[in-house]
Amino acid sequence: MLRRILRSREALLVSAIVLLLLLISSRFPGFVAPANLANVFNDTSPLILLAIGQMIVILTKCIDLSVAANLALTGMVVSMVNVAEPGLPIAVILVIAVGLGTILGMFNGILVWKLAIPPIVVTLGTMTIFRGIIFVISDGKWVNSHEMSPAFKSFPRTDILGLPILGWIAVLAVIGFTVVMTRTTLGRAFYAAGGNPHAATYAGINVGKTQFWAFTISGALAGLTGYLWVSRFAVSYVDIAGGFELDVVAACVIGGVSIMGGIGTVAGALLGALFLGIIKNALPVVDISPFWQLAISGGAIIIAVALNAQSNRGKGRIILKRAEQAT
Amino acid sequence: MLNQTDMATISDGLVEDVAILALERITKTFPGVKALSDVSLRLIPGKVTALIGENGAGKSTVVKILTGIYQPDGGSLRVDGQPTRFPVPQAASRSGVTAIHQETVLFDELSVAENIFLGHAPRGAFGLIDLKQMAEKAREILDSIGAKIDPEHKLKDLGIANKHLVAIARALSIDARVVIMDEPTAALSHKEIEELFELVEKLKAQGKAILFISHKFDEIFRIADNYTVFRDGQLIGDGSIADVSEPELVKMMVGRDVSQIFPERTSNPGDTVLKVSGYSHPTEFEDIGFTLRKGEILGFYGLVGAGRSEFMQALFGITRPSAGTVEIDATPVHIKSPADAVDHGIVYVPEDRGKQGAILDMPIFQNVTLPSLGRISSRGFLKLAEEFKLARDYTERLDLRAASLDTPVGNLSGGNQQKVVIAKWLATQPKVIILDEPTKGVDIGSKAAVHEFMAELAAQGLAVIMVSSEIPEVLGMSDRVIVMREGRMVAELTEGDLQPETLVRHAAGI
Repeated sequence: MLRRILRSREALLVSAIVLLLLLISSRFPGFVAPANLANVFNDTSPLILLAIGQMIVILTKCIDLSVAANLALTGMVVSMVNVAEPGLPIAVILVIAVGLGTILGMFNGILVWKLAIPPIVVTLGTMTIFRGIIFVISDGKWVNSHEMSPAFKSFPRTDILGLPILGWIAVLAVIGFTVVMTRTTLGRAFYAAGGNPHAATYAGINVGKTQFWAFTISGALAGLTGYLWVSRFAVSYVDIAGGFELDVVAACVIGGVSIMGGIGTVAGALLGALFLGIIKNALPVVDISPFWQLAISGGAIIIAVALNAQSNRGKGRIILKRAEQAT
Repeated sequence: MLNQTDMATISDGLVEDVAILALERITKTFPGVKALSDVSLRLIPGKVTALIGENGAGKSTVVKILTGIYQPDGGSLRVDGQPTRFPVPQAASRSGVTAIHQETVLFDELSVAENIFLGHAPRGAFGLIDLKQMAEKAREILDSIGAKIDPEHKLKDLGIANKHLVAIARALSIDARVVIMDEPTAALSHKEIEELFELVEKLKAQGKAILFISHKFDEIFRIADNYTVFRDGQLIGDGSIADVSEPELVKMMVGRDVSQIFPERTSNPGDTVLKVSGYSHPTEFEDIGFTLRKGEILGFYGLVGAGRSEFMQALFGITRPSAGTVEIDATPVHIKSPADAVDHGIVYVPEDRGKQGAILDMPIFQNVTLPSLGRISSRGFLKLAEEFKLARDYTERLDLRAASLDTPVGNLSGGNQQKVVIAKWLATQPKVIILDEPTKGVDIGSKAAVHEFMAELAAQGLAVIMVSSEIPEVLGMSDRVIVMREGRMVAELTEGDLQPETLVRHAAGI
């Protein structure tokens, strides 16, 4: 058992992250100070939230390219609501954000489920549609910091035990979705639907509906992150989080989520996101041009995928009895 | 080459003809199974040779040897009397051997002309494909076989019959001398079959040797000149079709010494569990009705494509019937999805267990409990201790040996994967279990184990439906047999009428 845990992808990633931190701290000991690590975690929280949703979608053999656009649209809507009704309590804003994100996710899910359109086409389409809607409702204008109410801006930054609420939300999502994925019938259905859709169908699982729920969850998390994002950066415009969907997919891939479906964990998505987050935060500190950041992220993705391909290449079919006993 | 004669081959009744392609005393063994033992086959120019045999008789193995996909372990292969080997499929193709398969292997998105000339297209300037010349040549070949097909059309726009014609045109374009047709009429309408036969006559007239594999005796008597019968990988008889009668062929095909031993069962059926009436589908089957009692094994026999699996899939809720009712324990039920079927106690173990059975990346215990999740959860939350117990109970019952139930199923051997799939279905505590070709691709030793197990299930009061194309299995295991042909029930046979000949007659409609 212990040997299997040590050999798991998550363990590999943890050691990669530790190695990375050691490397950085050898030049900048301040980077690994608890306060700074909390800071890095907090900064990576939006990526973690979206990566969890994306991980579930990829598990079911789909992909959601519309997450960043969903985030931007929801962010714009809640900013405009806040400008129009500054007195609305944050709880209502959160309900609007999660609710709108969920609806946008369901829209993707319905198209994939009922019309059987390939997910990459559906979400490429809705990605553009969502960005277009932002432009239409905002006339292309920005909602700036001074237009937002103080409560709206301060919520995710409120510090509890050294970590802002934004970070705590990511922690709760990690715990909550770990439970969903390992302890519920829905979580099991995600793995089954992506692992072998035929077998899942025969076992009484509706594969299309399962994919619909995956998109719904991804949408809900994107909506939630939409509010957190615009309030943290205190600005909202058409192009926020542009291209962020690629970081999200990258975090999943680095975290060992199989793009073929059926393999992946919440812990993997978390670690993949943290790996990218640490690189992003460390590069300016160690005085490497941010332009390198993209190249390094890209390199990390290719290495991760290569490692995946190696471990999935398999040891051939198990025919020898003693080989089977050893597993 | 054609003028050379090899005296050694002129030893049997077909003295005057020299085979273009001949197999002599071929043996082929797979681990645990002897697929072919000492078989011979001769293909004569201008003649149609029918290859007859049940499923598992070795027909497809022969086709694969003739086309260079398999290498024989013993015996020789002769082209125009000269010993030859086909180490790769291309070698067979260079010798002019081509096969037209049941599911024709062509490319849907390419044009007809491209399909015909893929790999040997006429070249023009700079070595580029000469599209105009290719279309012209394609049209010539299609005209020569009387096919009215536009070579510019994409293949996917053609019907199945025309796809066959394209496959034949392709065979002609590479100057084939031997054409192997593996159940070419399985998916064709009556009129299309007539057109195909006219074409076969044309090919004969051009001096091609044709190997015609079919289950349908009327077709064989209509078109074949010679016959060869295989049974259990052995050559049972061959000769001229004019010298043999239909009953004689049927007897050669099925008449066997009982080579397999089936478990002794005393059938003691209880109450009726399942009653199906008037089950129909717009295109696949019509008016299927039967009852099934506790402890009974009901066999479904028919030729490939008779609609048995299609009916079972509808019964299991994967496809929707257009009419018909199902009663379980005398209560009408509506099965709209596999989940409904499982809830009502019907489970289906599909034919392709690798593809449709197990989820390879998932641990054993999760695979076993997958269809039973409703029972081991409350409000969507799984009770892990109960889940583990359920998985352990049923894997132990099937004597599944693995280091840990956490092991992904993909790490298990084929036999153990099969046990996981069966444990999965038994764990749902079904009333009716449908086994689709339960021993297909299973070696003889494991076959006996599967049969044992089936008998045991029935003895425990489960109602078993067994879809099988293997006559001995159907006869050896079933209490009753329903025979299907072309989507309809054509016979329901009980103990007294269960004779191999009767089954074949009903299934083939003779």
